[in-house]
Amino acid sequence: MILALIGNQNCGKTTLFNELTGANRHVGNFPGVTVDAMEGVVRRHAGCRVVDLPGVYSLRPYSAEEELTRDFILREKPDGIINIVDGTNLERNLYLTLQLLEMRVPMVLALNMMDAVRAAGCFINVQKLSELLGVPVIPIAASKGEGIEKLADAAAAAVRENRVPHPAAACSPEKVLQTVQRTGLDRDAADAATRYAFLEAVCAETVTGPAECRQHTLSRRIDNVLTHKVFAIPIFVGVVLLVFWLTFDIVGERLSVLLAGGVGNLTLIVENVLTSWGIRPLVRSLVIDGVFAGVGNVLAFLPIIVVLFFFLSMLEDTGYMARVAFVTDKPLRKIGLSGKSIVPLLIGFGCTVPAVMATRTLTSRRDRRMTILLTPFMSCSAKIPIYLLFTASFYAGHKVGVLMVLYFGGVALGAVYSLVCRSSVFRGKPVPFVMELPDYRLPSAKTTFLLMWDKAKDFLRRAFTIVFAASIVIWFLQTFDARLGVAASSSESLLALIGGFIAPIFAPLGFADWRVSTALLSGLMAKESVVSTLGILLGGGPLTRLFTCESAAGFLTFTLLYTPCVAAIAAIRRELDSVWQTACIVVGQCAVAWVCGAIVFRIAQFFS
Amino acid sequence: MTLDKLPVGQTAVITAVGGAGALRLRMLDMGLIPQTWVKVTRVAPMGDPLELRLRGYTLTLRRADAAKIEVAAV
Repeated sequence: MILALIGNQNCGKTTLFNELTGANRHVGNFPGVTVDAMEGVVRRHAGCRVVDLPGVYSLRPYSAEEELTRDFILREKPDGIINIVDGTNLERNLYLTLQLLEMRVPMVLALNMMDAVRAAGCFINVQKLSELLGVPVIPIAASKGEGIEKLADAAAAAVRENRVPHPAAACSPEKVLQTVQRTGLDRDAADAATRYAFLEAVCAETVTGPAECRQHTLSRRIDNVLTHKVFAIPIFVGVVLLVFWLTFDIVGERLSVLLAGGVGNLTLIVENVLTSWGIRPLVRSLVIDGVFAGVGNVLAFLPIIVVLFFFLSMLEDTGYMARVAFVTDKPLRKIGLSGKSIVPLLIGFGCTVPAVMATRTLTSRRDRRMTILLTPFMSCSAKIPIYLLFTASFYAGHKVGVLMVLYFGGVALGAVYSLVCRSSVFRGKPVPFVMELPDYRLPSAKTTFLLMWDKAKDFLRRAFTIVFAASIVIWFLQTFDARLGVAASSSESLLALIGGFIAPIFAPLGFADWRVSTALLSGLMAKESVVSTLGILLGGGPLTRLFTCESAAGFLTFTLLYTPCVAAIAAIRRELDSVWQTACIVVGQCAVAWVCGAIVFRIAQFFS
Repeated sequence: MTLDKLPVGQTAVITAVGGAGALRLRMLDMGLIPQTWVKVTRVAPMGDPLELRLRGYTLTLRRADAAKIEVAAV
């Protein structure tokens, strides 16, 4: 049997899902709808699968996610619904419940956050609530694991006995018509008014306690600082810098160095074993220079990604991200985005892949595509080695200045690009910004841990599929010449041939050497390999052999802006679900990079 | 008076919800309907959007959208 887990945003849905299923879950595949929902088997109920659907406020189609949830119920026909509601905010949460009752599917109500309800000195008459709504109501506290078994049992029983609920009689079409006649409202307004009037009565009969709970009072005090008129933006910038510093410098970087050391040692061991067994040099080269160099290189970034996601999930689950969206909505609207785009854009400074995945939280397709289009302008962390190598060789002593120019230059160009797109390709208004600001909460350790685990798994899967394949291709091109014999030197390899073919394109940017274009090509696989490829092809010689101060400026500009790596392109294709649009992004990004690189090179030449 | 004109800290009761299409449905679904009490609790640092309190929860709305909601100050 399939149970659909449905509820508002911020009501603890994912926490409940994790409690119901443990670690036994995966991304489900439902051909009828293009939903990417998590699916898992309910503990102690072997034949019972539960699907975690996107958080929605209503079944009237408004956002893409609401349509998905509605479509899921209509097309996949789940055997039962677990409707989770936030006990501290019952009235609005039950609005969705009334709509779900009309879907004619067996249903139980999970009354969540009971610990917070008790702490606030409130009391909810569960028995009465169940009678008024006509469905079983199970009080739970998902973050503490309270009431989970009872909920699972009740849901399974409701399905087994096929207890289909009746829509609330107080909200029937006749009653709505009466409201229309009595108040003179139009149908849509009367529909909402009838439901809310009924829910006000339900809450008045079942909830007793103080008007405002402690959690909200505390949230208001925190917001007095975090969304303060003057301090809000400086605090936000401070938080971002702190997260990046902790991720890239303190935690992630150290773990990455450790992991890179481990991979390096493993490479040595494997190389020794292969040599001592007398394996053919060509095969050894494939394993060591191809697979280990490629996959191992990328693998070293695993800790940075996981740590970055840890911090981002902390910001998200505590409720701070909603405040960031609130504070940055106005400036972002000026370039045609909405406050909700800020999250993916921030992640883009870490890695484009998770950034593109994070755009799923955006409600409109237009905003989503526009945000995906912009993420490549946020300089990803894999480009840092390139910047550092070049500043050391050409602009020693100006490291901070050069990095600032690159990062802010990327953001500024992204803003301009977005403005251009807004008035051409992406005409139309950004979606209205009707967003709930949830009370601040401590995220559950289990949910955070499982999220990190999911991200790690995702990343590893990619490393051993796409990156693995790409590594072998690059190795092949580097090793063989045009007659498919083993190339005597790298300048005779297929890679040099291809690199030499496209090299003239870069003449206006100041570097027409095949080695540079080859390095840029290998950057397609992973940006880090630009540095390693240049190193190999120069044979340890200085960069000044290939670049001048001016052409280095052109090169840095080009690397800042040119196409994202294959992993990112694959992610973009997946999220946009269009090869054509993805190709447009890749080509567009290269064109912008080329033009900007040429301009920067000319300007640098002019001043030298 | 429209909701965007309501001073911070003041409570009013909604008299009519304008706008059209999906936005209007969304506002209605979120409980912004006639006869509902609503309070403007905060304004974002750059003057937009607004933070509202209604039905025991907090909602943000842009000024342009709030201008479609008629309220009567109490």
